[in-house]
Amino acid sequence: MENGEDIKVLGTWPSPFVIRVKIALNMKGIVYESLEEVEGLPYKSELLLKSNPIYKKVPVLIHGGKPLCESLIILQYIDEAFTIDGASSLLPSCPYDSALARFWAFYLDDKWFPSLIGILKAKTKEAKEESKKQVEQGLELLEEAFKKISKGKRWFNGDKIGYLDLAFGSHLGWLKAIEKSENLNLFDEKKTPNLIEWAQCFLSDDNVKKVMHEIDKFVEYGHKLKIKWGVAN
Amino acid sequence: MANEEVKLYGMTLSPFVLRVEWALKLKHIEYEYVNEDLKNKSPQLLHYNPVHKQVPVLVHNGKPICESTLILEYIDDVWKTSCPLLPSDPHEKAVARFWAKFAEEKCLHSSFDVISNAGEELQKAVEELQQNLKTLEGYLQGKKFFGGDIIGLVDIVAGWIPCWLPMIEELVGVTIVDEEHLPLIKAWMHDILELDVVKKTMPPLDKTAAHMKAIRENVLAAKST
Repeated sequence: MENGEDIKVLGTWPSPFVIRVKIALNMKGIVYESLEEVEGLPYKSELLLKSNPIYKKVPVLIHGGKPLCESLIILQYIDEAFTIDGASSLLPSCPYDSALARFWAFYLDDKWFPSLIGILKAKTKEAKEESKKQVEQGLELLEEAFKKISKGKRWFNGDKIGYLDLAFGSHLGWLKAIEKSENLNLFDEKKTPNLIEWAQCFLSDDNVKKVMHEIDKFVEYGHKLKIKWGVAN
Repeated sequence: MANEEVKLYGMTLSPFVLRVEWALKLKHIEYEYVNEDLKNKSPQLLHYNPVHKQVPVLVHNGKPICESTLILEYIDDVWKTSCPLLPSDPHEKAVARFWAKFAEEKCLHSSFDVISNAGEELQKAVEELQQNLKTLEGYLQGKKFFGGDIIGLVDIVAGWIPCWLPMIEELVGVTIVDEEHLPLIKAWMHDILELDVVKKTMPPLDKTAAHMKAIRENVLAAKST
């Protein structure tokens, strides 16, 4: 990385999509300015609207004045633009392993996370139960994927946290918060023992702890969202 | 590459499968095409794609890769030397990935809304698709293709537009892309259709039009009950 290259991250603290970008930057030892979109405001900052005019969403990474959007794309950019040596790659060098990591990351964001948030949004007991079932089924798939992909190591990416660990781990704040607020156990000691251990390791990692807020903050924020969605008072 | 076994599980009428074929042909990769009947999926397909059970699936030396845009990137990663689909500069690569995602999520999905609606809802869906195509057109500014002088990832992902959109327009009886409002997209559509790889793989127009008509009729009938 060039010295003096200006790196900014536009984000909000509860967003898993922002969390993963910040952890990745921390892991690569990259210094960046964190610009928080203030929660609760009805409008978005001018910088956000200018940097991401199409989706108007966080995260946005602004590197040397050039904005990039979409968190999984940003993770790949961070990996490609800031590789110091092969050992610190977020994505595996083998194209097949890389494709697998991307497949599961996309599944997590496209299918699994909406089901997870669906538990909070549910207006009926049946809807909540259905979302919970989808989350649990997804976790079982991910447990099997972990066994194959990790090849006996600690992380999906092997010896170090990688792209898929970040894609999944960034959702743990919400997973733990929803378990607490809805009085659920989404991980299962018998069905997802590897993921339980993996999640504990992830949340204990220093680079993650710098970014991930306490679970109670997520719980509090989740309650505000439920009020906004009309499912709580 | 010698001794490479490449199989593509697909379906003739699928734009997701077609884009993978383009990439394979552009890179001169020999492959076996396995046609799937989606109403009666083969055990191999279900084995290779147990999560989504969909085509396309690329099986390379026995290992399956699913999701068409992931397959395109995989092909580009493995067969690096010929016809790169993505720029080498990390920033430009990220920008190309962004536009490929936009073309997929906003343009392709808007087209489904067009096929699935009638009356006022159809008009709204058409306007939204036109708006999204206008946004996509911005990335074409000053270039023949999204990839520059030769086609790249975004052209391939958006490749359904020149092949399918004229049929959609005929099906719903509305012009969606015209020279006045989307001049660059119109010109790009023409240039894509001139490419050898596209001419050789054009889907059978009659069958595709009939298939789309059947989908539209089913969806509209379901909505009115």
